[in-house]
Amino acid sequence: MDWLFNFPDIFDLDTSAIDNAVRSFAVSAEGMLDVIKGGLNGLVNFIGMILMYIPWPVFLLLIFWAGWRIRKSLKSGILYAVLIFLIGAVGLWNLMRTTLSVVLASVAIALVIGIPIGILISNSEKANKIVRPILDTMQTMPVFVYLIPALLLFGTGNASGVIATVIYAVVPVIRLTSLGIRQVDKEVVEAAKSFGSTKGQLLRKVQIPQAMPTIMTGVNQTLMMAMAMVVTTSMIGVRGLGMEVLNAVNRIEIGRGLVAGSSVVILAIVLDRLTQGVVPNKRKSTEKPIDSTKNKKDGGPENGAK
Amino acid sequence: MEQNESILRMEHVTKLYGPNRSEAIKMMKNGSEKEAVYKKTGCTVALWDVNLEIPKGQIFVIIGLSGSGKSTAVRCFNRLTTPTSGKVIFEGRNVHEMDKKELLEYRRNKISMVFQSFGLMSHRDVLGNVSYGLEVKGVAQSKREKIAEEFISMVGLNGWEHQSCEQLSGGMRQRVGIARALVNNPEVLLMDEPFSALDPLVRRDMQFELLQIQRKLKKTVVFITHDIDEAFKMGDVVCIMRDGKVVQIGTPEELSMNPADDYVRDFIESADKTKVLTVRNIMITPSCVVRLGDSMDRAILEMRRNNLSSVIVMDNELHPKGMLFIGEAIQARKDGKTIPQVLQTGINAVAEDTLISDAISIVTESSYPIAVTDESGTMLGIVTKASILSSLN
Repeated sequence: MDWLFNFPDIFDLDTSAIDNAVRSFAVSAEGMLDVIKGGLNGLVNFIGMILMYIPWPVFLLLIFWAGWRIRKSLKSGILYAVLIFLIGAVGLWNLMRTTLSVVLASVAIALVIGIPIGILISNSEKANKIVRPILDTMQTMPVFVYLIPALLLFGTGNASGVIATVIYAVVPVIRLTSLGIRQVDKEVVEAAKSFGSTKGQLLRKVQIPQAMPTIMTGVNQTLMMAMAMVVTTSMIGVRGLGMEVLNAVNRIEIGRGLVAGSSVVILAIVLDRLTQGVVPNKRKSTEKPIDSTKNKKDGGPENGAK
Repeated sequence: MEQNESILRMEHVTKLYGPNRSEAIKMMKNGSEKEAVYKKTGCTVALWDVNLEIPKGQIFVIIGLSGSGKSTAVRCFNRLTTPTSGKVIFEGRNVHEMDKKELLEYRRNKISMVFQSFGLMSHRDVLGNVSYGLEVKGVAQSKREKIAEEFISMVGLNGWEHQSCEQLSGGMRQRVGIARALVNNPEVLLMDEPFSALDPLVRRDMQFELLQIQRKLKKTVVFITHDIDEAFKMGDVVCIMRDGKVVQIGTPEELSMNPADDYVRDFIESADKTKVLTVRNIMITPSCVVRLGDSMDRAILEMRRNNLSSVIVMDNELHPKGMLFIGEAIQARKDGKTIPQVLQTGINAVAEDTLISDAISIVTESSYPIAVTDESGTMLGIVTKASILSSLN
């Protein structure tokens, strides 16, 4: 009866073969991998350099201005600037800048890859069927599983970090771009077609603008997930606030960990509010006044037309 | 209504959705009902062997209940839907055999469409929506905006060009829809239940305005509706559809006089309220009362107060005696004349139990309200063109 309770080993998988395959790929494709690595590092450094050339008071002013304009509230602008000021005040300004450059580079790449894929799978049922399980895998696969191959292929440093972050963070923008485009009112799409739009015109002039609020939600989610990777990627040598947290954990320095961790949270919250404010605002601010002024406005031209 | 040459034609158009199409076709050929076919095969028969001729320059109404295939049919005309079999011919060319470029050309210049829930792009303002058809054609911005302005003012939306569509009422949104459809100067205008989403009052105005626009521009209109009143009001030719098949095609008169079967008869009888209602049902109380013995000053004051240009004058028994017009009244006051001296007598009055359909000609031929009286000739109220027209729906 023993065999009923002991699951038989049917496949004797040699996982080391996979290790070897990845290793030999790393060797044989070294040239290509180096190019990618160089490109990714270049992008991160470029963004880092831009951030470096912004004096800190100007940076805070920019945060204040963005918060004020996007959230349409002076209070929000001040609050965000003060929060970011706090990060600098506890001596983490440079680390924050480093983190921000890795995160922004990852998000930029995620959007460049994600939005076109989202558009593709929104228009093609076939592509959708192929891509969806891949997206599910990317979202549920434990991050560490692809940290290792990234490490193998690109070594420690920003390039591996960016790749791991992109894999993890690209999913929401793909899904929400696709969802947004699918949700565009069927009659609006029919109307655009009926006036003789080409596929490109339909996409550019109608589907993407109509899907914009949902796409922006995807962008926001992607940014948030990239922020969530900050500490994880420090394990493969990405510098910044994440590294600070990791070091604190390794040395069991609770206070230092708390300060660095809080800085990550503050940065994430400010980025979230700023990107969230860009689109939904438009909807909220126009919806309400419509109803209240509807009757008044009805009267105008309709009476005039008679 | 004379029969012109046809501009659009459907020949044996069939559209099936779902699986087991060949089996469904077999069942339909053996005379099965749509319901039965769906239950047996899971295949929906949206259109079955539809033949239509759309006469040029006229309003062709397709009417049917939901599921009768009317929306599918109209979408075959501009290829938003591709029929399973059959041909759609526009000026000798099969629409469904056009290549990509020809199809764009056809949609951009020959045919356009108005949608039930408007299909407006909320990210564009009124001008942006109306000029869309020109934009995709590559017309320069200044030129397309100029043309769009023209059509915006045609539908009475001047001054609203830069409003967001979300801020407009239903009636105004559909005006935008109509302007947008006309802007390319198409030969055929497809309208898929354009007024169904509007409330009855607005719908009536829009029907009337569409008729005016159509008569002015002489466009061919294919108009879809589920409302028989609307069909008869708008249609030069009306086509009744049921379960994806054409039941009868004819002018409203022909359909009323010779319904093809009980289905058509029921449909039509459900509509014609004017043959049931009397003027008593629709008359309104006059807002101002002037008696023969009143002074001219009071008569003028009454008219001014109520913004009327004419008033029915009554004697003390409330019998209508004649019409007094504001212009004459003012002149008479200068000349020192009394009301009976300038009264226009010999006015029409209708009895309260007159059928609306019988009162129509009297009311519409008269340029002022008609008095409604009881058996003894006492005035009970008035009927106006507006009240007659609103009763027609």
